[in-house]
Amino acid sequence: MSDQSLEISLRVNSQEVNAQVPVRMHLAEFLRESMDLTGSHLGCEYGACGACQVHVDGLLVRGCLTLAVQAQGKHVETVEGLTEKGVLRELQNAFLQHNAFQCGFCSSGMLITALEITNHYPNADREQIRDLISGNYCRCTGYQSIVDAIESVLKDQRLRNQLSAPKAQSEMGVDK
Amino acid sequence: MNAPEHARLINPHSEHLELLEVPSKTLPAEGKVGQSYIGQSIPRSGAKKLLEGRGSYVDDLRLPRLVHVVYLRSPHAHAAIKSLDLRDALKQPGVVAAFNGDDVAKFCSPWVGVLGHLKGIRSAHQHAISPERACWQGEAVAAVVAQTRRQAVDALDFIQVEWEVLPCVTDMQSSLDAKTVIHPELGDNLCFSRDLETPEFAKAFANADCVVEREYHFGRHTGVTNEPRSILADYNPAEHTLCVYHSTQAPHMMQDIFSRHLGIPESNVRVICKDVGGSFGIKVHVYADEMATAAISVMLKRPVKFVADRLESFITDIHAREHKVRIKLAFTKQGDIIGFDLNDLTGIGPYSVYPRTSGIEGNQVVNLTGGPYKHQHYKAHLDVVFTNKNVTCQYRGVGHPIAVAVTECIVDEAARAIKMDPVEFRRRNLIADDAYPYTFASGLKFEKLSHHQCLDKLLDTMDYKALRAEQAKLRGKGVYRGIGLAAMIEVTNPSPAFYGVGGARISAQDGATIRLDPGGMLQVMVSVTEQGQGTEAIFTQIAASAVGVDVGAVRVITGDTGVTPYGGGTWASRGAGIGGEAVLRAGKALRSNILDVATVILNIDKSLLDISCGYIVDKLTGQELLLLSEVGRIAYFRPDTLPMNFQSELTVTRHYTPREYGFTFTNGIQASYVEVDPDTGFVKLLKHWCIEDCGTLINPMLVDEQIRGGIVQGIGGVLFEECIYSEDGQLMNGSLADYLVPMASEMPDIVVGHISTPTKTSELGAKGAGEAGTAGAPGAVMNAINDALAPLGANVTIQPCTPQRILQALGKVSGG
Repeated sequence: MSDQSLEISLRVNSQEVNAQVPVRMHLAEFLRESMDLTGSHLGCEYGACGACQVHVDGLLVRGCLTLAVQAQGKHVETVEGLTEKGVLRELQNAFLQHNAFQCGFCSSGMLITALEITNHYPNADREQIRDLISGNYCRCTGYQSIVDAIESVLKDQRLRNQLSAPKAQSEMGVDK
Repeated sequence: MNAPEHARLINPHSEHLELLEVPSKTLPAEGKVGQSYIGQSIPRSGAKKLLEGRGSYVDDLRLPRLVHVVYLRSPHAHAAIKSLDLRDALKQPGVVAAFNGDDVAKFCSPWVGVLGHLKGIRSAHQHAISPERACWQGEAVAAVVAQTRRQAVDALDFIQVEWEVLPCVTDMQSSLDAKTVIHPELGDNLCFSRDLETPEFAKAFANADCVVEREYHFGRHTGVTNEPRSILADYNPAEHTLCVYHSTQAPHMMQDIFSRHLGIPESNVRVICKDVGGSFGIKVHVYADEMATAAISVMLKRPVKFVADRLESFITDIHAREHKVRIKLAFTKQGDIIGFDLNDLTGIGPYSVYPRTSGIEGNQVVNLTGGPYKHQHYKAHLDVVFTNKNVTCQYRGVGHPIAVAVTECIVDEAARAIKMDPVEFRRRNLIADDAYPYTFASGLKFEKLSHHQCLDKLLDTMDYKALRAEQAKLRGKGVYRGIGLAAMIEVTNPSPAFYGVGGARISAQDGATIRLDPGGMLQVMVSVTEQGQGTEAIFTQIAASAVGVDVGAVRVITGDTGVTPYGGGTWASRGAGIGGEAVLRAGKALRSNILDVATVILNIDKSLLDISCGYIVDKLTGQELLLLSEVGRIAYFRPDTLPMNFQSELTVTRHYTPREYGFTFTNGIQASYVEVDPDTGFVKLLKHWCIEDCGTLINPMLVDEQIRGGIVQGIGGVLFEECIYSEDGQLMNGSLADYLVPMASEMPDIVVGHISTPTKTSELGAKGAGEAGTAGAPGAVMNAINDALAPLGANVTIQPCTPQRILQALGKVSGG
C-alpha cells in the first residue's frame, strides 16, 4: 500500500488547518484521527450507513467516500462545528423531544441529512421525509420518531415563514 | 462566606429558617409538590450529548501508548492450519507484534459454552485465537498489532498460511446425520436436544377433529449494530490490573470472564462501558477476538484496541434464528385448540457460544410455542446442531420470533381450515384474563397477563371490521391486501433460573447506589447499562420520584464495574424491571435517611416532614422548610452542629432479584396490514399496530420507541434479512449493500398502545418492553402476507418472505 502523503490546507469548523495526510486516508478518518473530531462515526466505511456524513463547502458528503486530500482548500464542517454554529439547534431539540435517536451512533449523520431536508425540501411530507432519510441507517428507532422530529421542524419553519413578510417566503425555496 | 450562608449557619435548627438564596439550577418547576415522574414522557436525561457529537464510544477513546490489533481470519469454513508464518508481517511498517493461537493461549485459557440446566448440552473447547484449525469462515487464526489500524491491516497480507481444507457441514439436516463430524471428540454434531410431552398427549391428538401441519423455515440473521464490536484493553503490569473499555451489555459478566481466563484477580479487572452504538444482544457474548485483544494487552503491557470492520461484523458478530420447524395443531371443529406438536431443528455454527450457550434460543422455542393459549397438550422435540458457519446465540427476542411465528401462523391455518375469522379463533383460545396465576403446558408460570384486553384494544385501535371491509372491496378490484395478527408472550425480568442455576456466573441481581451530594443533587450508580434504550433516563425519573427531587437534579452513572454495584447488565428485557426496582428501593431508603438529617436540623418530628422538588417540606401544608443543599451542606461540612450521637447516611445502596417467578411474562398482540403484488412478489407494509402490556410504564415515549424499533427489527427478519451461505460455508452477502436491513422508506407508521398490568412481584410493577416488538412482528407480517395470498391458493412458509419466495409460493417461478 502506498504511504505517499500530501500536505493539505483546509478549514475545519472555521479553523484554518494545515496537515500532512496519507493520500489514501478518507476524510472521516482524518477528522477522527488527526483532528480528534470523533462526532462523525464509522459504521461501514463504504458509504452505506451514513454515520460519517459531514458538510464540505456546505454540501453533504459521506466522510468515508471522500479522501482527505479532496478537502484541499475547502471548508469541512462536522456535527461538532455545526452544533456550535447553531444551525442544528432546532433539529437537535426536535430529536430530543421526539426521542428520535437511541444509541446515537447514527445521529450525527442523520442530523446532517435532516438539515439538508430543512434547507432544501421545506414542503416535504412524511413519505418524502422517509425517502430522504433512507440513505441513513438507524437500527434502534424504527425511524418513525425521526420522521416526526423532522416533520415538526418543517411545520414550525413553514409557520414562521407564513408569519413573516411575503418577501421572506420567496427566499425559502432552495438555500444556496 | 456570604450573608445568607452565614444566616443559615447561625440558626440551623430554626423552624422558621429563611431561604434567602436558592441555587437556581436545582430549583424545581412550580406546583410539583409530591410529583412522580413515573409514567411521564419526558425527553431522555443525559442523552443530548449524543446529538452534538459528544458521545464517547470505544473507538473515540485515546490512551497513551495505544496500539491497534487486527485479525487474520480464515477464508475457509473448515480448514486445518498446516503452517502459519508471521515473520514477514513483523517486518512491515508500524508493526509492533504478531501472534498465533499458541502464543495467545499461554495468556488466555480456552472455554466451553455449556450450562448445567440445559441437560446434556455439549460443545468443544474454543480458543481466543484458534491454534490448529478454523471451523468457520471468519474465525481468527492470527493477530497483528501496529501503531495504526491501517498499518496492521496492511501487514495482514504478509502472513503466510498453508491451509488444508477439511470437509464442511453447512446444512442442518446433514449435520444431524453426522456423516461429517465437526468435533471428532464429541462423536456427532449434536449440541443439545430436548423432549417434552404432556400426559395423554398422543390420545388427545389422535381424537382431535382436525389437525393442521406446516413446516416453516427461518433464515439466519444478525444484529447489525451501527457501532461495530469494539474493545480497548489496558493492562497495567505495576498493579497487575486490567481496565477494559468495552462496547458491552454486561460489564460484570465480562469482568468475571477476563479475570478467570486471563488469570487476573476479579477485583483487579475493571470494565467500563461508555456509550454503546446499539447492541440488541449482539454485545452480551464472549467473542474470541475480544478475549484475544485483552490477552494481547497483557502480553504487550500496553493499551490495545480492536474495532471490527463491517465485514468482520457480518462474519463474526453472532447470528441467530436458523430454524426449520415442523408444527402440528390439533383442534375441534368448533375451533378449540387441543394441543401443539413441535419439532425444531436449529444450526448454531461450530461452537456453543460462551457463557450463555447457543442452546437457549431453541430451548425458548420449546418453552414459548403456543404460549398465549389455554390448551393442555403439548409435545416438543428440539435438536441443536453444529455447522461450519458463524456461531449463533441470543439476539433480540431469543426464540420468541420463531415461537410466535410458528404458533400464530399455524393458528391462522387452523382458523382458515374451519373458515373461522382468525380473531374469533384467538378469542376462543386465548387464556382468560381472570385465569391467573396460570401454568402453561410447557411448565412456564404466568403471574398475570391480559390477552383479551389487548385483543379488544387492538381491534378498536385498528378498526378491524372496517379494515376487513376495505380488504374485501379491494380484492374485487384485484388488489391483494392481507391482515395478520400475532398474539405473544415475552420473557422479561429473568430470575436466576435463566443462567445462574445452570452455573453461569451472570448476576440475576442488580443494584443501585444513590448519594445525596452536598449541593442537593443525586448521584445514581446502577449496574444496568445504557445502550440507547433510555435506562439512564428512566433511572433518573425513578430516583427523582423516590427521593423527591427534580429530574434535573439527578445524574446517573452506569456501565463501570469500578463504580456501580454488582449486577447483570442489559439483556432479557430486565433493565426497567430489575434495575428500576433497585433504584426505587435505594431512593426510598435515601429519602428516609435525608429526613432523619432534616429532623435533627429542624427539630421537627420525622412523621411531619417530607421531601418534594428538592426541598424538605411540611408534610401537611407542603410549605418549603429547607433546601436539600442545606441538608447536604450541614451533613457533610458542619456535622458539628448536629447532635453528638447523630451520624448522617446520605449514600444508600439497594439490590433487587426477582424471586417468585422464573420470569415475569409480558403479553401483547400485533397486527400487520400489507399489500402483496402477485406479479412481482413485492410486499408493501401499509400499517402496523401493537398493543403491549409491560406493566408500569415509566416513560411511555421511550417504551413506544423500544416497541417500534423492535417491530422494525422483526420486520427486517420477516421480509429482508438473511445471512446467505454457500454450500461450502462462504457468507455470500456480508455487506450492508447486500444484507438488507429496513430503511425508513419501506417502513410503515406503527401505532402502539398499552394495557398496564403491573407485576406484583415488585413495588415498581415494571416488566420488560425491549423485545416484544421483535417477538411479534414476524408472525404478524407473515400472517398478513398469507392472508393476502389466500384467495390465490398460495402460502409462504419461509422467512424472510422475499419477492422470489412469494412468487415461488404462487407457482410463478420455480425453486424453493
